[in-house]
Amino acid sequence: MKFLHLIRSNLRRKKLRTSLTLLSIVVAFILFGLLSAIQQALVGGVALAGADRLIVREKVSIINLLPISYEARMERIPGVDFATHQTWFGGIYQDPKNFFMQNPVEPEKFLKMHPEIILPPEQEKAWLATRTGAIVGRRTAERFHWKIGDKVPIRSTIWTQQDGNQTWTFDIVGIYDGKDKGTDTTPLFFRYDYFDEARQWGKGQVGWYTIRIKTPSQAAEVARQVDAEFENSPAETKTEPEGAFIQAWASQIGNIVFIVAAILSAVFFTILLVTGNTMAQAVRERTGELGVLKAIGFTNGQIVALVLAESCLLTVIGGAVGLGLARVITPVLAQNLAGLLPMFFLPTRALFIGLGLSLALGLVTGIFPALQAMRLRVADALRRM
Amino acid sequence: MSENPSGNGALVQVEGVGKVFHRGSEDIHVLADLNLQVPTGEFLALMGPSGSGKTTLLNLIGGLDRPTNGAVTVAGERLDQLSDRALAGWRARHIGFVFQLYNLMPVLTAERNVELPLLLTHLSRADRQKHVETALAVVGLSHRAKHYPRTLSGGEQQRVGIARGIVTDPTLLLCDEPTGDLDRKSGDEILDLLQALNRDHGKTIIMVTHDPHASARAARTLHLDKGQLSNGTVK
Repeated sequence: MKFLHLIRSNLRRKKLRTSLTLLSIVVAFILFGLLSAIQQALVGGVALAGADRLIVREKVSIINLLPISYEARMERIPGVDFATHQTWFGGIYQDPKNFFMQNPVEPEKFLKMHPEIILPPEQEKAWLATRTGAIVGRRTAERFHWKIGDKVPIRSTIWTQQDGNQTWTFDIVGIYDGKDKGTDTTPLFFRYDYFDEARQWGKGQVGWYTIRIKTPSQAAEVARQVDAEFENSPAETKTEPEGAFIQAWASQIGNIVFIVAAILSAVFFTILLVTGNTMAQAVRERTGELGVLKAIGFTNGQIVALVLAESCLLTVIGGAVGLGLARVITPVLAQNLAGLLPMFFLPTRALFIGLGLSLALGLVTGIFPALQAMRLRVADALRRM
Repeated sequence: MSENPSGNGALVQVEGVGKVFHRGSEDIHVLADLNLQVPTGEFLALMGPSGSGKTTLLNLIGGLDRPTNGAVTVAGERLDQLSDRALAGWRARHIGFVFQLYNLMPVLTAERNVELPLLLTHLSRADRQKHVETALAVVGLSHRAKHYPRTLSGGEQQRVGIARGIVTDPTLLLCDEPTGDLDRKSGDEILDLLQALNRDHGKTIIMVTHDPHASARAARTLHLDKGQLSNGTVK
């Protein structure tokens, strides 16, 4: 700590150069934070996906519907605990930009299938007692200031009611929370029986099934058996683990992980060059002073440590500020992206990785100037003062 | 040739020392078979023309460079036999340097510059501060402790340099052209200070200079020419 003053003073030597280098590091780590949040939003669900859940969809496209009769047939397959279904509703609340998911479900089986959804028992009871009842996630409820008892009209772009009305009105009977931070609490779920009776077409058909299997290690075998059950039928199925389903969904945009890694690699390589140049210049300008420190009695190891400490202080400060700003910005962005990317947040894991990267950046950019300083011959360095 | 007016118990002993610099294919013999003894408490001036090897000899005595041949012993330690790490530690404990161009850190205040050698000790912050205050008081710059070098005159900067050189109470003070960059008045002030350190505090000082006016302040002056020492004046 007694050398901290010397290290800090050296960073203040060329204020403009240090500030610009610091700013570039801050921007790089803001980008790191935002990209981590995007990655979390798109593929973070993979980690939270149930290892004991499979998704069954129509083989050609998920927009093709499956018969409701498949549910009972699937539940007879060995290894299957039980099955339930959901259907894409595609509704709009007031304005298309207010997008959030709304799906009709079988309430009891749905809640049993998704224990990560936390709904108070009395609200579950109210849902079962109200045909037009709907439960909504807390994020959406807070976004639109909904409370229990509100009537919410949602216009579906796909489903028309028997009377020709595309606007469906639901009674909010429950507000659910997520068990984990990454649980999506934006969707609204309403009762399938109400939906199926009221809709004009597609009666007795659903969007996709979720199966709970008894033994996760048998997922591949059960998936094969499910698809075999419906092979050569009008609606063949494709069954896969929930994590793979989410991954495939995100892959429609592209290989998210690869894209994020590529962008960050380019950014950090640039920062490496900028910071490395700053440190190299800083050491070159101080050849004489380093000679004086050595003359006074600083060892080669201490000189190396001083230069590395200086570069690490610069990069860690920049990284911490950048990650801190990303942490502040992401909730603001999340509010605007609630419908598109419901799980948009900066995971704590990413913060620690970011700080680690900032330290590594300091070490990599400082090591060559540090070794150069170490190799200085005292007598030669003093002549350059 | 040996230069030893007091014989045994010398603080500095240079025996048969030679120094050759290699510049490309050329060998430059700066010092050749040089012998020197400096007793404790002496104020010695080394004079000579440019390129005579004065600074090279000073660097060898201060452990900043190694002789090509011969032995350099200071305070009983054979410098040529120490590792680089050991030599750095030895310098920190035994040597104070005063440079022609002051060589202060521009980003540190006067007191922080003086404190630099103390950072290598195990002294507490409070103790380091006391030593710094004492050193600055000795050179008469207590009132300029918080000033940066750019706001100090040349003479004041050199006094800070001297304070830094003496703050660890070193065995030996090595001064390389300490008045070379100063006007006559400021230079005299510096020489007064060095004489006082030698006379009142018993500091052993070896000063390299090309200025006869400066060397006149020393108790003994030796001349260095073409890598060889010759007799000078002894007071």
